[in-house]
Amino acid sequence: MTETALTKPTDELGVVIEPTRGLAALQLRAVWQYRELLGFLVWRDVKVRYKQTALGVAWVVLQPLVSMLIFTLLFGVLLKVPSGGAPYPVFAFAALLPWNYFASSLNRASTSLIGSANLITKVYFPRLIVPLSGVLSGLVDFAVSFLILGVLMLVYRLPLSWTMLWLPFFLLLAMTTALGFGLWLAALNVRFRDVNYLVPFLVQVWMYATPVIYGSTLIPERFRWLLALNPMTGVTEGFRWALLGSRLADAAAPGGLFYVSIVITLLVLISGMVFFRSTEKTFADVI
Amino acid sequence: MTVAIKVENLSKKYVIGAAQERQDTLRDWLVAAGRSLRRRPTTENEFWALRDVSFEVHRGEVVGVIGRNGAGKSTLLKILSRITEPTSGRAHIRGRVGSLLEVGTGFHPELTGRENIFLNGAILGMRRTEIARKFDEIVAFAEIEKFLDTPVKRYSSGMYVRLAFAVAAHLEPEILLVDEVLAVGDAAFQKKCLGKMGDVAKEGRTVLFVSHNMSAMQTICSRGLLIQTGLLIDNGAIGDIVQEYVNRLQTQQHKSAADRLDRRGLGRSKIMSVDVLSQKKGVFVGDEVQFAIKINRFLQNLSCILTIYNALGQRVAVFDSSLRSEIDYQSKDLSFTCTIPNLWLSPGKYYINVALTVGGEFEDHLEGAAFFAVEEMPVLGRALRNYSAPVVFPHVWSVPEGES
Repeated sequence: MTETALTKPTDELGVVIEPTRGLAALQLRAVWQYRELLGFLVWRDVKVRYKQTALGVAWVVLQPLVSMLIFTLLFGVLLKVPSGGAPYPVFAFAALLPWNYFASSLNRASTSLIGSANLITKVYFPRLIVPLSGVLSGLVDFAVSFLILGVLMLVYRLPLSWTMLWLPFFLLLAMTTALGFGLWLAALNVRFRDVNYLVPFLVQVWMYATPVIYGSTLIPERFRWLLALNPMTGVTEGFRWALLGSRLADAAAPGGLFYVSIVITLLVLISGMVFFRSTEKTFADVI
Repeated sequence: MTVAIKVENLSKKYVIGAAQERQDTLRDWLVAAGRSLRRRPTTENEFWALRDVSFEVHRGEVVGVIGRNGAGKSTLLKILSRITEPTSGRAHIRGRVGSLLEVGTGFHPELTGRENIFLNGAILGMRRTEIARKFDEIVAFAEIEKFLDTPVKRYSSGMYVRLAFAVAAHLEPEILLVDEVLAVGDAAFQKKCLGKMGDVAKEGRTVLFVSHNMSAMQTICSRGLLIQTGLLIDNGAIGDIVQEYVNRLQTQQHKSAADRLDRRGLGRSKIMSVDVLSQKKGVFVGDEVQFAIKINRFLQNLSCILTIYNALGQRVAVFDSSLRSEIDYQSKDLSFTCTIPNLWLSPGKYYINVALTVGGEFEDHLEGAAFFAVEEMPVLGRALRNYSAPVVFPHVWSVPEGES
């Protein structure tokens, strides 16, 4: 028997298992290696969601439509919330679209680890892909809602504009925000099931703190910086600007405050990843 | 030979407080944190599931990990599969690892058989192209051709297990870690699975195999590791390790069934006592013997499985209460009694494992639940000689006529 040197294992040749010390690397490479599994988890989420319900895709259409109708009736017609010259239904829907995506993604991401407890205790894979799949699978619903928005814009004869090319960027910001907060909440949820009660409440309060039913112009100028601390402000206002920019009386391209939003989102994402990684090793033991 | 797995001083500590009085909510955690501020944390609620375990496995070796329930076997596999981290020590693994700690991990009841094959394959670490290539083979192995497009929630439990194992069996890692997955399915399927495991071994792959089936261990494995209370206490040829294990089972059995901690299963129903009853003092060849198992609770569809092993750890006979006969009867108390009118076992030492199951799932399982020795007794007037074969039969000879 010859002792084989195992001192310098590479990823292809082997792996060293030992306790991680300090802040481990973020393991982004491992996530990339497991991209196929990520794809399958997203596919499973989507497939099961549409399979289990009697109405299937109809839910995805009904939910935002009904919220929009209620908002239009309450805030557009009765309370007369200013919509900057755009028809209120489109004004509300343009913000509801990314908001609904964000809310459901955040919710899914934060419960994702608990929901995959059976996987986590039986198989190895970078745990990061679990909340990530929660955020990605919401994109399908988003796409369906987006079609409704298209129809709505046709009905109101709203023109296409070049600013719409910015939409993917704002969507990415919503995804990043959902993932960042989702990572924190998912990891905390493994330890404290309180998170399950916290998230719906958080989402509700958060919605009122975000210009969804109202526009940011409703807030006095000197307090508007407060809104910028909420990255979702940048997203919903960004969507409105990109979709209806030319029609909104006081719409402005994303400015300085917007960069604050981006910085906050990135901070949350990075800290979320670090926190997630540092607690990941105990998931299988505590879950 | 190249080393496939090298384990050095691997230890894993669990803090019982975290596992048992779970601090599920923030409030519990705050209360616990407040308490620990006042009182220094003690070491008494620490539990070492593994302690300073070191060993090597060479490429192509099939190694059996033996030990009682709760000895740390599963913890070892979980660390090597990277599901949980060791507290100290390290392990080097060379080669692609496939771990099989459960069959059907990630199966989704709403998805069809076809969809679950792909999903489960991906979860076990197969590439999509690899699954597609083996798809037909998997379906044929599981014998579910007709139900490929039926959601698995409509499958019988047998079909479900067959499909789950079929996917797992077609995983082709260089190193395979297997935890007690063969204890599922009907006998024919179990045989097929064991056959498949044997093939895997013959193909030169490295296997680390945990099982309570000492017979299977001895057919498949070449080497054994004996683990007891987290310590690796023996490492050698499989036959010796099994022997050592069986000896230890017997010598270390002081506690009554109800008090034993080395059990596994859901635990809703538990074995309280196991008695071997016979009319005479001692059990003699060919006598009537009763195995009486008292339990603490009855559950719907609860059944009892009793397995007799000989001193070599070989499975001799299995008795399963879920297979009913019209001459069975029901007891008024919480007990299962298995009556064997004539115990045709060779003289020697035996032990029994007892399991309580509901729908194929363990409620409780005790190894070495009882021990008994079969004493010599002439059968049909014929004395017995010890040929070390497990069974005897009453028989009559006709021999060529001659001087007597």
